Amino acid sequence: MTAPPFLPGPKAALAMLGAAAVVAFADLYLSTYAVTLLSLVMLNVALAVSLQLTNGLTGLFSLGHPAFMTVGGYVAAILTYPVRRKGFMMPDLPDWLATAQWDLLPATLVGAAVAALLALVVGIAVLRLKGHYLAVATLGLIVIVRVVINNLDGYTRGGLGLSGVPRLTGPWEVLVFTLLTVGLVWRIKHASLGRAMMAMRENELAARCMGIDAFALKLLAFVLGAFLAGAAGALTVHLVSVITPGAYGIPLAFSLVVMVVVGGSGSITGAVLAAIAISLLSEFARPLEEGLELYGLSQVLVALGLILVLRLRPTGLFGSREPAGLGRPRFSGGTS
Amino acid sequence: MLTLAELVVERGATRVLHGIDLEVRSGEIVALIGANGAGKTTTLHAISALLPVRGGRITLDLGEGTAKRLDRMSPAEVVACGVVQCPEGRQLFASLTVLENLLLGAYRRDDREAVKRDLARMSELFPVLGERRNQSAGSLSGGEQMMLAIARALMARPRLLLLDEPSLGLAPQMVDRIFETILALNREGVTMLLVEQNALAALEIADRAYVLETGRIVQSGTGAALLDDPAVRAAYLGLGA
Repeated sequence: MTAPPFLPGPKAALAMLGAAAVVAFADLYLSTYAVTLLSLVMLNVALAVSLQLTNGLTGLFSLGHPAFMTVGGYVAAILTYPVRRKGFMMPDLPDWLATAQWDLLPATLVGAAVAALLALVVGIAVLRLKGHYLAVATLGLIVIVRVVINNLDGYTRGGLGLSGVPRLTGPWEVLVFTLLTVGLVWRIKHASLGRAMMAMRENELAARCMGIDAFALKLLAFVLGAFLAGAAGALTVHLVSVITPGAYGIPLAFSLVVMVVVGGSGSITGAVLAAIAISLLSEFARPLEEGLELYGLSQVLVALGLILVLRLRPTGLFGSREPAGLGRPRFSGGTS
Repeated sequence: MLTLAELVVERGATRVLHGIDLEVRSGEIVALIGANGAGKTTTLHAISALLPVRGGRITLDLGEGTAKRLDRMSPAEVVACGVVQCPEGRQLFASLTVLENLLLGAYRRDDREAVKRDLARMSELFPVLGERRNQSAGSLSGGEQMMLAIARALMARPRLLLLDEPSLGLAPQMVDRIFETILALNREGVTMLLVEQNALAALEIADRAYVLETGRIVQSGTGAALLDDPAVRAAYLGLGA
């Protein structure tokens, strides 16, 4: 057994430099619209890759990412919101919150931690059950989070949404977050922990016979995924400067699951490519939707794409694997 | 080494084991034979803490006067005590590679150098696994999969190996090879509790054996004695008295 890769292999390093070059080019020469689009695409990459932890590697079926994004986004937005407008926008805030105006990084970490805490509670309640309880529970969670935020209007402005959130996120922050997320999930996948997660997905009984603590591992994958989704939500809010209770809902949950399935459950490379393709497809279908008055066209296209992939290549583009040569040679140690 | 005393186990509302007593001594192969539904697999699942124990005790004697109660542990803790199950029907991680399967067997170990040595030993014991180490486990033949299942369990360095129906679904020649392997491993010092429907093959290699019928032990003795027992011959060996 070789040590998990602490450093990316040459090809992965090249991909990271390439991503940085794209961001630098966009930042210098392209319009604000293009830079924002690029940032949103990168955030979708991070979201899809973090969903691979639960849905791809561990074989759970979570739809909860939008709920965790919403929670992370609202918590972070309340923490960074300008103090002079807080009294008017959020009259019910306790003093210590009403006078606080945090930086992006601590606000994002706290937002992500609250999302992770929520996942912990939900996970403890449903992850001991077998079957599709997690899908149903997380679907319900999206609705519950929306209703709660709607009704906590003294803290969140309810259905009006929170606008005027300071624009603290730029493409570089998003790039760093996305690379960290991809790097973290990559390392987990290629370490003993990731192998145990895939073992759970393949055969839970056998995994337990190997001494793998099934419940703890599922909970870890779910909570970690929620933490990353919460952070992504916090960054998104500070990129687009506004959040509403229904901004991240069931359609997004669907899109993210499609990215994981199309890319290949468990394949990080696949999730990255599928997230880029599907995000761009949705964006470029938008003028078409407006011009032809065919609203929802992009979702139809994504759904058709999903059906095609499932028909022609049921394991997704990459199966559970990464393309050879990316990162490091597979298992050099061992049995010869 | 392992003692089951008055063990009662239920699956849902159904009582499957009605208080069984069984002992495995250090260095032995003990066979547990019986018909479908007698409770053989349930016994192994109870030992591995995959099923809750309703009554009785499961005790693991670690020597030097220390003993542990397995019936109060989680499955992971039982594995950590060195009691490792090779489950019925092989239960490999089909889309993972042979090597990944073997490494998962060593999941609870952190002695990396020793794990490496054990990987090398597995490909000496089962050369085909070494040759196919980067192939997915699902692509192996039935016999090769059984070898991988045994090798994966051995990677945990078991003090006691629980083998559930190793002959299931294998060609007769392959069954012979698997049982030769089991015997060879036992000679190297691995203690085993072997559950089998193939009673003849099991009794031939077992030091001692128990016969399980609808959740009760009805017979026990040395392997040779049970092979000669008229009731066992009639019921399980199809050989008549």
